[in-house]
Amino acid sequence: MKRLYLLLASALLVLVLLPLVLDKYLLGIFVMIFFYAYLGQSWNLLTGYSGHISLGHALYVGIGAYTSTYLAMNHNISPWIGMWVGAVLAMLVGLAIGFLGFRFGLRGVYFVILTISFAEISRLVVSHIPALGGFAGIFLDFKPSFWNFQFRGNVAYYYLSLGFMVASVGVARLLELSRAGRFMVAVREDEDAAEALGVNAFKYSMLGIALSAFMTALGGTFYANYIFYINPNSVLGMGLSIELILRPIIGGMGTALGPVLGSFLLTPLSEISRAYFARGGLEGLHLILYGILAILVVLFMREGMLVYLRRALRSLLRLES
Amino acid sequence: MKYELPLQLVVQGILLGGVYGLIAVGLSLIFGVMGVINFAHGPMMVLGMYIAYGILVLLGLDPYVSLLLVAAALFLLGYLVQATVVNRILDFPEAMQVLPLVATGLIIENAVLLGFGPDPRSPRTALALATIHLGPVMIDVSRLMAFGLAVLITGVVFLFLRHSDVGKSIRAAADNRMGALLVGIRVDRVNNFSFGVGAATTGAAGALLLPLMATSPHLGHDFTMTAFVVVILGGLGSLPGALVGGLILGVAESVSTLLVPATMKQVVSFGLLVAIMLFRPQGLFGGKA
Amino acid sequence: MMLLQVEKLEKHFGGLCAVAELSFFLEEAQILGLIGPNGAGKTTVFHCLTGFLPIDKGEVKFKGRSIKGLRPHQICRMGMARTFQIVRPFLNVSVLDNVMVGAMLREKSLAAARRLAHSTLEFVGLEGLSQERAGSLPLALRKRLELARALATRPEVLLLDEVMGGLNPTDVDEMVRLLREIHQKGVSILLIEHVMRGLMALAQRVVVINYGRKIAEGVPGEVVRDPQVVEAYLGREFLDAAG
Repeated sequence: MKRLYLLLASALLVLVLLPLVLDKYLLGIFVMIFFYAYLGQSWNLLTGYSGHISLGHALYVGIGAYTSTYLAMNHNISPWIGMWVGAVLAMLVGLAIGFLGFRFGLRGVYFVILTISFAEISRLVVSHIPALGGFAGIFLDFKPSFWNFQFRGNVAYYYLSLGFMVASVGVARLLELSRAGRFMVAVREDEDAAEALGVNAFKYSMLGIALSAFMTALGGTFYANYIFYINPNSVLGMGLSIELILRPIIGGMGTALGPVLGSFLLTPLSEISRAYFARGGLEGLHLILYGILAILVVLFMREGMLVYLRRALRSLLRLES
Repeated sequence: MKYELPLQLVVQGILLGGVYGLIAVGLSLIFGVMGVINFAHGPMMVLGMYIAYGILVLLGLDPYVSLLLVAAALFLLGYLVQATVVNRILDFPEAMQVLPLVATGLIIENAVLLGFGPDPRSPRTALALATIHLGPVMIDVSRLMAFGLAVLITGVVFLFLRHSDVGKSIRAAADNRMGALLVGIRVDRVNNFSFGVGAATTGAAGALLLPLMATSPHLGHDFTMTAFVVVILGGLGSLPGALVGGLILGVAESVSTLLVPATMKQVVSFGLLVAIMLFRPQGLFGGKA
Repeated sequence: MMLLQVEKLEKHFGGLCAVAELSFFLEEAQILGLIGPNGAGKTTVFHCLTGFLPIDKGEVKFKGRSIKGLRPHQICRMGMARTFQIVRPFLNVSVLDNVMVGAMLREKSLAAARRLAHSTLEFVGLEGLSQERAGSLPLALRKRLELARALATRPEVLLLDEVMGGLNPTDVDEMVRLLREIHQKGVSILLIEHVMRGLMALAQRVVVINYGRKIAEGVPGEVVRDPQVVEAYLGREFLDAAG
């Protein structure tokens, strides 16, 4: 175990020092790596640990993005405050969805469809609200300052997103070791058996969705103030929902490092192929590659790459899980 | 006259609903036999639309004529998808079944995007503008054709499942996989065939829809959701339910335009979906909840 | 004192009556067997007693308190634990972590829970496998794991559903030994069992049900000779043939 921590600490040190040598473009890729790792981890808390599959997680990203943006542009409230408002809002929405799903016994595919439905309903409704920009969305004013959560260049965003990612790994790890986390995993493995052992499945499922929604929304605020443009499709759409689940699934659901690994694998692939192919008019090719990769991983590395990597490394370095 | 507009909407809803039913029949069949939810169903329909479009543009064949070709093409695709991917994931936990099909949908959608570009296409077909009048109601001929053919194809699928040998094997495999294996049914081939049929019906629906709406590569996921609503409304695994559900949704969506803007139509379908899942998850005809 | 009182329990599934007017009770420190042919409704009774199925009619009191409408986790908390006919281990989790889920009900601190889990595993003889993934265990050991998990919740009443099913005679004897020890520690046991060897060795009293109704009750020796019971299990012809 100690060796693993040593490895991670050195990797972290490298990441902290990278902005000294990388240019803005490459830093930007890392920002995306960290950002999607963070989003994927937030999703992982619900689906990987609690076992309730959500394909509508973009909903929470959107709530975070729109809330902080609206508050900043109309009421001059700093996104540093707005993001917590968005997170609480997202948490309440998540609890509502969880309540409907868990109280009414919607499991498996039905729950998936429930999450998709709410995300889609929100996307359509927001598209019709002029105050939120409607279909066209909102362009954020670029007023760089710490208080506005906006910065010149990519260095600040790099450290912010790195911080988000590391924090999310910490949260996942703490959850894994905690009572609540163990109960969540038990519910995931076999809800009835867990109940028979005194575990309040409803309570721990709700905890999972609340935490997940809360964290995901924080990411939404980051996105809005990094990309400077949000619209219903980009922050509430199915595309984002799918995008953000790919990394944890490929990296390994239900593990603290899975989403990070997945993001380090997929995001550079996506950014580079997006830039390379889009220039040649081959837009969308990177998504085809994603799709193929996802299928291959599910078929042949079902538990995600992390587990396979771990097994391979175990023999090399004699690491213990 | 006050009843004319609602009546018009109801009729239009029924006609479109027939096509929804056809799309849903495929999804229901796939679920009934394999127990798998085809998240790529909408993109497959869109692929059908584009194939019909391609044939129209290159060969001048009307979609109603090229229907069989489109269905055959999608049948092959469905067969392939089942044989290479889905057959391997049948025993996986649900989370892991969702992803490969979502990924397949992603691949199809983006393949279409690559091939045809992102702009919507709205081709002129022979019957595109023809209308007939039935009393106070004005009916687009292309809509009527779509409805008629959709119902016809659905009927053919029913009869096939009920009376043909292959159909019986399919129903056996759907009912009891182990039992079917034990009596010598090649279940994996049956699965391939079933997915092929499911894909073919949705592809055919695509061909039928081509004269009615502009195609775009990203339509797929909306139609997957539409199919979901219909299937859950009618009852997962019930084919009559799929058709009836389609009609109901078609009418509901159409009539809702009296109250909400057309772009909000889907909120109605999603709302309906959530309501059904909460209060009657087995749908109208479904046995298993 | 009557720990568990079942009074005129009824459970319907649509038109099918699965359990009808079933009454029995379980005393403190008693081992009661619940037997009957396949499909008699025994597991349904368990589901009703532990909150997995709602009770249609009748009353079930645990320690004097009605458990009608309570959820399974609340009933477990009250002191009634159960195992499942088809074992349900948390497959992707280690043996120790499986038992810890049960242990954490009573022990709030993780360290104490871990100690309880370890001692429970030692008791059932699975201590050496504590780090193994539950999914890698064979059936006989999974049954023991299931028992350990339920034991870790420190129950006063243990409901065991065919816990000896599928075990070879050696494992059956081992299970009997374990259950006797558990009983000696003051736990009452309600046992659904088909393995007669185990049942006869353990049960102090037996309730026999068929088609959801009680057809006999008493000491095991008497009950197995009761003509109604023989008929239920082996059919009319056997009864006639046996004279």
